[in-house]
Amino acid sequence: MSDKPILEVRDLKMHFPVKEGILLRTNKFNKAVDGISLTIHRGETLGLVGESGCGKSTLGRCITRLYQPTSGSIYFEGQDITHLKGNALLPFRKDIQMIFQDPMESLNARHTVGDILEEPFIVQKIGDRISRKKQVLKLLDTVGLPARSTSRYPFEFSGGQRQRIGIARSIALNPKLVICDEPVSALDVSIQSQILNLLIDLQKEFNLSYLFIAHDLAVVKHISDRIAIMYLGKVVESAAGETIYRKPLHPYTRSLISAIPVPDPHRKVKRQVISGDVPSPIDPPSGCPFHPRCPQVMDRCKHEPPQLRSVADKHLVSCHLDL
Amino acid sequence: MPLLEVSNLITEFDTDEGRVRAVDQISFSANTGETLGIVGESGCGKSVTALSIMRLLPQPMGKIAGGSVLFQGVDLTTLPLSKMEKVRGNEIGMVFQEPMTALNPVHTIGKQIAEVLLLHNDYSTQRALKESVDILDRVGIPSPDIRMGEYPHQLSGGMRQRVVIAIALACKPKLLIADEPTTALDVTIQAQILELIKDLQAEMGMSVILITHDLGVIAETCEQVVVMYAGKIVEKGSVFDVFDNPSHPYTRGLLASIPTLETPPKSKLSVIDGMVPGLMDLPPGCRFENRCPYARHACGQSVPPIQVIEAQHEVSCFRWRDI
Repeated sequence: MSDKPILEVRDLKMHFPVKEGILLRTNKFNKAVDGISLTIHRGETLGLVGESGCGKSTLGRCITRLYQPTSGSIYFEGQDITHLKGNALLPFRKDIQMIFQDPMESLNARHTVGDILEEPFIVQKIGDRISRKKQVLKLLDTVGLPARSTSRYPFEFSGGQRQRIGIARSIALNPKLVICDEPVSALDVSIQSQILNLLIDLQKEFNLSYLFIAHDLAVVKHISDRIAIMYLGKVVESAAGETIYRKPLHPYTRSLISAIPVPDPHRKVKRQVISGDVPSPIDPPSGCPFHPRCPQVMDRCKHEPPQLRSVADKHLVSCHLDL
Repeated sequence: MPLLEVSNLITEFDTDEGRVRAVDQISFSANTGETLGIVGESGCGKSVTALSIMRLLPQPMGKIAGGSVLFQGVDLTTLPLSKMEKVRGNEIGMVFQEPMTALNPVHTIGKQIAEVLLLHNDYSTQRALKESVDILDRVGIPSPDIRMGEYPHQLSGGMRQRVVIAIALACKPKLLIADEPTTALDVTIQAQILELIKDLQAEMGMSVILITHDLGVIAETCEQVVVMYAGKIVEKGSVFDVFDNPSHPYTRGLLASIPTLETPPKSKLSVIDGMVPGLMDLPPGCRFENRCPYARHACGQSVPPIQVIEAQHEVSCFRWRDI
């Protein structure tokens, strides 16, 4: 792992306008991503965990520039790509790829697998017809699908196999960074482990960096070097995977870990169940966004938003508690 | 006598390609006050089992082709529909996976709960509404009298699932069937809902059948567990039997393939190779044979009989002694 990060995100904000009334005036904003900074190094996996609506997928889509962020900046290998447009973005599209949650929705149902996997080469104008076909066969082999898959359509495959096709497409152009947005959430457990193994093997083989977005902390911890926990558009804690699990400091991280059901019937510990729902990012609570659900809330938390601070080596927490 | 006794239940569907057997000769029983878990992957027949018990199979395609479902000694499969309607929602309540589709979007919450009470009791509208408020309060909905007048879309996912539970429990059923009640919810909300079901179960002394694909949820909430694969029960027993001494290769494979917070990061997860056979072309022998690392010639020839390991622990495998 080199010291120079492959990706650096600084104070990124993505505020979606909320249109209301018959005049569709914008009076409110959905602050899906509200000031996030993070870095990913070469060959590293950063896991991003949070509940639905916390902004983790939006962040992923900002980094791939599927969304134009409201403010902040994204540096890829030191170059600012936040405001690049059109053809200037093309080389980065090759380097930053994405795997989506639902392979049925992200693969074109009317194209054969061969066409789907050939398309990235055509877009980037790489090779001729024959060499492209060869590449497609190589890709299928890499992700463990038979060569005869090229002439088949996505619906002919099972969920796990479709996800393999999605993965093959994402690594087609030898990317440096792959954003994995809930890649195993829709799969059955026995298939989930196959896909996780494949992602780990590919990372070793091609020295890939991953931003691995998921809501399942156990899955994220398995694949990640570092983990960032998100809540309402902000990172509340980030540290090495093992640290997050052994020494979670933020009350939200703690309750998240305590809420995971463990497949061991002997472990009948009383869970620390946090009450309430995740508030809406359109009208987030004042002060610390977690304060209405926090079991250790203090008066100060209600007014003063906590800043992300370093409590130990590479362990950042955003909380007023004396940790 | 167990509260519910399912014996040799067979459920079939007529499809364009012919008749498929989604549930094939399964037997299990649920005791009073106990929680029974049914676990398996998509398409294994766990939801169809629940729908068969409730006689809610899609018509005219689905039908119970054999076996019996004894509830308090009465066979539900042969009960006239008019009597079955008195059982559903009154003596057996059901909670579905997706609370948005289970609730009627054009009726208020209050009306939907009162409807069940009016249908099964000789209540005045006023009394039914009053009791609905009490039930909403009991399932942990804040300011229930205001919520009564709201529509499903005004509630969060967790709140909607609480309403569905309130409807299922309104008539104080003896048995609650919960089909993936927390799958669509975030972990912290899942913890709240599981806790709620557990509390209400203790308070009302009812039995619960919990259907899920999550072995963690089973381990934490159930006393008995049934493992299903491709329409058949492969193993059943107490949670301690099944988790401490998994005897079917499928149960073993399933337990080994889940990443937990304890597994070392980026280590190889064990996988179950291959895929579930399609219900249209089931093998003549053991249905797990093509994926089983212990399979021998005999496994492909005939269906393994159910064998008793000890008192309550049964497995359907020729080779359980050797593995």
